[in-house]
Amino acid sequence: MVRRSFGGDDHIFVEFDEEMNLAATFRAMAVTATLAERRIDGVIDICPANVSYQVRFDPDLVAPQELEAELESIEDGVGDGTGFDLRTTIVEVPILYDDPWTRETASRFRSNRQDPEATDLEYAARINGFDAAGDFAAAHAGSPWIASMVGFVAGLPFLFQMVPRERQLEVPKYLSPRTDTPRQTIGHGGCFGSIYSVRGAGGYQMLGITPAPIYDPTQTHPDFADSLVFFKPGFIVKYLPIDREAYDELTAQVEARRFRFRQAPVTFSLGRFLADPDGYNRGLMEVLDGG
Amino acid sequence: MAVSVLNPGLSTTVQDAGRPGYYNVGIPPSGSLDQYSSLAANLLVGNGEDAAVLECTYMGPELRFERPATVAVTGADLPPRLGGEPRPTWESFGVEAGDVLSFDFLRSGARAYLAVSGGFDVPVMLGSRSTYALGALGGVEGRALAAGDELPVGDADGAAPGRSVPEALRSTHPKHREIRVMMGLYDHRLTGEGRRAFLDAEWRLTTLADRTGFRYRGAALEFRERVAPFGAGSDPSNIVDAPYPIGSIQIPGGVEPIVLHRDAVSGGGYVMVATVISADMDDVAQSAPNSTTRFVEVDLDGALGARRRRAARLDALREAVG
Repeated sequence: MVRRSFGGDDHIFVEFDEEMNLAATFRAMAVTATLAERRIDGVIDICPANVSYQVRFDPDLVAPQELEAELESIEDGVGDGTGFDLRTTIVEVPILYDDPWTRETASRFRSNRQDPEATDLEYAARINGFDAAGDFAAAHAGSPWIASMVGFVAGLPFLFQMVPRERQLEVPKYLSPRTDTPRQTIGHGGCFGSIYSVRGAGGYQMLGITPAPIYDPTQTHPDFADSLVFFKPGFIVKYLPIDREAYDELTAQVEARRFRFRQAPVTFSLGRFLADPDGYNRGLMEVLDGG
Repeated sequence: MAVSVLNPGLSTTVQDAGRPGYYNVGIPPSGSLDQYSSLAANLLVGNGEDAAVLECTYMGPELRFERPATVAVTGADLPPRLGGEPRPTWESFGVEAGDVLSFDFLRSGARAYLAVSGGFDVPVMLGSRSTYALGALGGVEGRALAAGDELPVGDADGAAPGRSVPEALRSTHPKHREIRVMMGLYDHRLTGEGRRAFLDAEWRLTTLADRTGFRYRGAALEFRERVAPFGAGSDPSNIVDAPYPIGSIQIPGGVEPIVLHRDAVSGGGYVMVATVISADMDDVAQSAPNSTTRFVEVDLDGALGARRRRAARLDALREAVG
């Protein structure tokens, strides 16, 4: 299924599916990556997203119908995306689950929450059928995630776990959004994970926090020399659970501007992933460990 | 340092023509919400079109000039005073070192633009001086002005005061507007009734109107029944998180549509049913809380025609003032 719509006279929006899934999301990445390579005059922003994508353009430089025809031909060439190799990055993100800062924030928004007596992590574990919060955390950190979309605010990745549908973790968002979320909170809402790039409003359940900055408008941290945003659509994340001692050590490294993400370049193939998700994910880990 | 901020006003930010090209990582275009008025202000003081101006929301700042300059105020009808004496809008005037510029109360519109010869010379971030406050990027330390800020001003070629925009090319700010939209995106999720209500309603702008979005009140819109797709969320107004066009109109819960503007959140999980055409984004910017709006449907050809007429008006402005 392909549904196209103009968003005013200067955006075109394309949706491949109504349901979240990796295949349609990857197809959007493949189409947008191909479009970017063509360097069409008048194309301003190319935004891959979950099961959809959007192109912002200047209709004075490229006629909307011509751009639409170009996209159609790219979509035909990409097909279902299984033949497309995405050159991307795999990165290890340290996470302190059930940390004191998101706990404190959650306690300030009791009436926004489904279960004010439990932590967000305990609630997420219970409604996903886990006996203990630690079991949920193990599933959360056990398989990698792909940044299916980067946005909402600057540099915030939407993360979709690379596991079959029946193993997807699903947690409702807060009953009503918080007005505050600590920077670098790792959240989960619906089937999506996220890392809050800046402090601010939010509706995802708060599972933990990472000491690593992912957005640096001052560009003073070593990983941000080339870009003030760390995540690009298509990045693959593997969480590394850490304890408080490691958290404090990494925070000291961040403050000294010495922290570097452990990361490696990787090529992702949807076809090979779909054939054997767990085996493919193990291979990705080997790339990270060798990198 | 050439301009001292004595009083910042309600929400005054440094803006320019914007920061295109980073929406794919969640950094919106930013820039003056009313680009027409912002351009007029720059032309009046002899600046290039990409010079940075101050966008003053609802209330003007109080500024002291530390050296002579030519300034101009356009956009909303926010009458300036120099050393307490009235000065015109849509017309450039001179200031001397030590002069204090202040403003009367807003008479109409929502955002006034203040240009100074040489432009406000804050650091360029990703190709623009525009402030994007959500991302702490651009402008003065990534935020609105605060008392005590010192604003650097670039070197000017010495444009003479006394230039003015002809009456016919000045923006007016009626209490009721018709804003043209293209239906689309997820409008198939509305019932026929919901779609009619969206286009028929007289929408009143709430006080929740800022650089990110403009929230209106006026009718409840009905969505079609459905089985929630995986990942979309249970409310009929939820979708799997998708990209949001600049100008798109989302309707959380079927009530209170929000028009996203140039500091838009770049994506999210609320159904969008229409997009304001590019030619009418300046008018949205000048809508004040409690003013009313009807959304009028046009097709792509209608939108492109309006865009051409706006471009012709910009050319007329360049011709008359530049």
